[in-house]
Amino acid sequence: MMISKRRGGLAAASALAAAALTVASCGSGGSGTESSSAPASSAAAEPVTIRVQTFGGGTNFGYKNAITKWNAEHKDIQIKEEHLTDQFEQQYWPQMIQWLQAGNGAGDVVGIDEGGMGLAKAHPEWWADLKEFGLDGRKADYPAWKWENGVTADGKLFGLGTDIGGMSICYRADLFKKAGLPSDREKVSALWPTWDEFMNVGKTFQSKVKDTKFTDGTNTLYQVVLYQEAAKNGNVTYFDKDNNLIVDKNPAVKTAFDFATKISQQGLTAKLRNFTEEWAAGTQKGAFATLGCPSWMLGAVSGNAGDTGKGKWDVAAVPGGGGNWGGSWLAVPKQSKHPKEAAMVADYLTNAQTEASIFSDFGNMPSNTQAQQDPAVQGAKNEYFNDAPIGEIFAKSASSLQPVFLGVKHAQVKNAIESVIQGMDDGSVPYDKAWQQLVDDAVKAAG
Amino acid sequence: MSLDTLPRAARNNHRRARPPGRRWRSRLDVKAMPYALVSPYFLLFAAFGLFPLVFTLYYSLYDYDLAGTVEWAGLDNYTALLGDEDFWNAVVNTVAMFLIATVPQMLLALLLANALNKRFRLRLPIRMSVLLPLVTSVVAVAVVFTQLYARDWGLVNWVLSWFGVDKTNWRAERIPAWIAIATMVDWRWTGYNAIIFLAGMQTIPRDLYEAAAIDGASRRRQFWQITLPMLRPTMIFVVLNSTIGGLTLFSEPTTFYGGNVDGGSQGQFQTVAMFIVKQGFREFDYGYAAAAAWLLFLLILIGAAINFLVVQRIGGRK
Repeated sequence: MMISKRRGGLAAASALAAAALTVASCGSGGSGTESSSAPASSAAAEPVTIRVQTFGGGTNFGYKNAITKWNAEHKDIQIKEEHLTDQFEQQYWPQMIQWLQAGNGAGDVVGIDEGGMGLAKAHPEWWADLKEFGLDGRKADYPAWKWENGVTADGKLFGLGTDIGGMSICYRADLFKKAGLPSDREKVSALWPTWDEFMNVGKTFQSKVKDTKFTDGTNTLYQVVLYQEAAKNGNVTYFDKDNNLIVDKNPAVKTAFDFATKISQQGLTAKLRNFTEEWAAGTQKGAFATLGCPSWMLGAVSGNAGDTGKGKWDVAAVPGGGGNWGGSWLAVPKQSKHPKEAAMVADYLTNAQTEASIFSDFGNMPSNTQAQQDPAVQGAKNEYFNDAPIGEIFAKSASSLQPVFLGVKHAQVKNAIESVIQGMDDGSVPYDKAWQQLVDDAVKAAG
Repeated sequence: MSLDTLPRAARNNHRRARPPGRRWRSRLDVKAMPYALVSPYFLLFAAFGLFPLVFTLYYSLYDYDLAGTVEWAGLDNYTALLGDEDFWNAVVNTVAMFLIATVPQMLLALLLANALNKRFRLRLPIRMSVLLPLVTSVVAVAVVFTQLYARDWGLVNWVLSWFGVDKTNWRAERIPAWIAIATMVDWRWTGYNAIIFLAGMQTIPRDLYEAAAIDGASRRRQFWQITLPMLRPTMIFVVLNSTIGGLTLFSEPTTFYGGNVDGGSQGQFQTVAMFIVKQGFREFDYGYAAAAAWLLFLLILIGAAINFLVVQRIGGRK
């Protein structure tokens, strides 16, 4: 049989067209995720959706109630929180860098941990200038260092401070009681003025309570000690202020490492790394009785432990004095299609009132000085943690906290070092080789 | 077919009757049409296969970092990789997990296919159910297996404790981690391979078996002497497929560590694919990642060649 010439020509044309269409549609499909925000042209009819991207365990940034409140009051601008992952260095930040670099994929407002700020600051081209939306007036709300960390070298304001770390120890009061130890937070704090005494309490605890280790792993306490020691060594950790790697020279790193080695060798750890699934499960199931708790960790603990842990957890003072681990900023990527609305949302989420209510609801300590001075914050108690006076524990020392300088590649180096310390704890790195490997891996990660 | 069967005279008449424009179109039809019809595949392959391949090769010769600076590096990336302990660690992990996963998987799939290649009640639903693991989402599989292999409250450790085995930390110890991941892979892919084997078995003519049965060959003997040798082409396909899948293993070990491409605190179960993603999208060393990708390609070629030779010998080729 023979197809008529005419139909043959038509068929050829349509086949070509179909082929072209297939290629075209695959091409656009493969070009990555489209921003889900509504197109600007229809903004009048439809509300603008502002995507806020966050990370962290449990209740993380504590934006749940604040967003519900905003969405009820603003019909034209709706906030949608996208909690991407618990882990900042290993997952959230690499993904974010990719999106920022590609110019597509990032939310309208994105959270950045202190460990990412060095790199964020070095890339002004990624960010919208919040000054254009009148937010330079917010300067008075912040301690100088928190403000300046959100300003690039060429004077662009890109980040507004959310929370700061502060330091405490979260502990299971019910298990302390079971071990015959005092469970009242004042008396518990008095048990451990120093880290050596802390470890002694741990030994007593473990001799009495089977199945529960004294602390979660080496990591949260390593961080606490590192930041305490950093304050004594020029407020630097892995990099000096010229971004040179100083892991092997900074005594703060060695002291914190030695502490981690000791607590691991004494068998006081449950060998869990924070912000992993097993750690979250362990928080709920009582695998450990203490962990290092900056203010924002309270939300991680309550979020992970859930209702069953309510009233069992409490907050005590940290051995060896204060320190500042963690704290974040909010920024508006340049690729956002609604930078003005995004800036409004970032402004709202960091204003004194919102930060104060986040503190009372979830525990993240405000970096906003007005919020810190709010009597409601100073007198705040956390219901979940047995009505612990968190205002007294965190807010009193907040104004005296020292900023710690973190280098451009801090996030990568931090992950490499934590992995070695975790490896030492879980038995995959021998104790006597761990320090050398820590230095080597840090050099590699910084390279 | 029609062109050649037409009488020559008729064809000439036919041609002369047409205006010149038509002739041109007719020529186009005969010459270009076949190409147009097969072009979608080649266009797609060029866009999504060839281009990335060449592009990867190009960038593997450059030092290309996050800031976007691109500098000629020659073979530096390759020499650095060959001296990189982490890369070799990933190669060992990948090959070991491939072997631990694939060998039992092939045997199981073969036995399963043989069992399914019989007459029994509810044949179709049972045959189809073998494919169920494959259509389950990897994330769901990961969640279940993560819990099964949890250190503190995992089912596997609990069962092992009946036999006096101490708690195993499935994410910290190398060999247990390999085994755990291999079971995940096998759970997903054994059924798929069994179905392909089954399809291959059904193309074997029944009279061969009948003749063998008349000659007094036992069922077992029929399997070894007829089924296996006749299945060789299918087996080559399945083994090559598993080689490619096994050596590019990524989803299972990544989800096994909470979506983290580190593969354990010290890379205990980091595969080459995870290493590439880590270098490219966490360290942002694109050139290095591209070079690693090409070495992985090489590894797959070697693996495929070895497997091909092994399978060629199956069933006593003479």
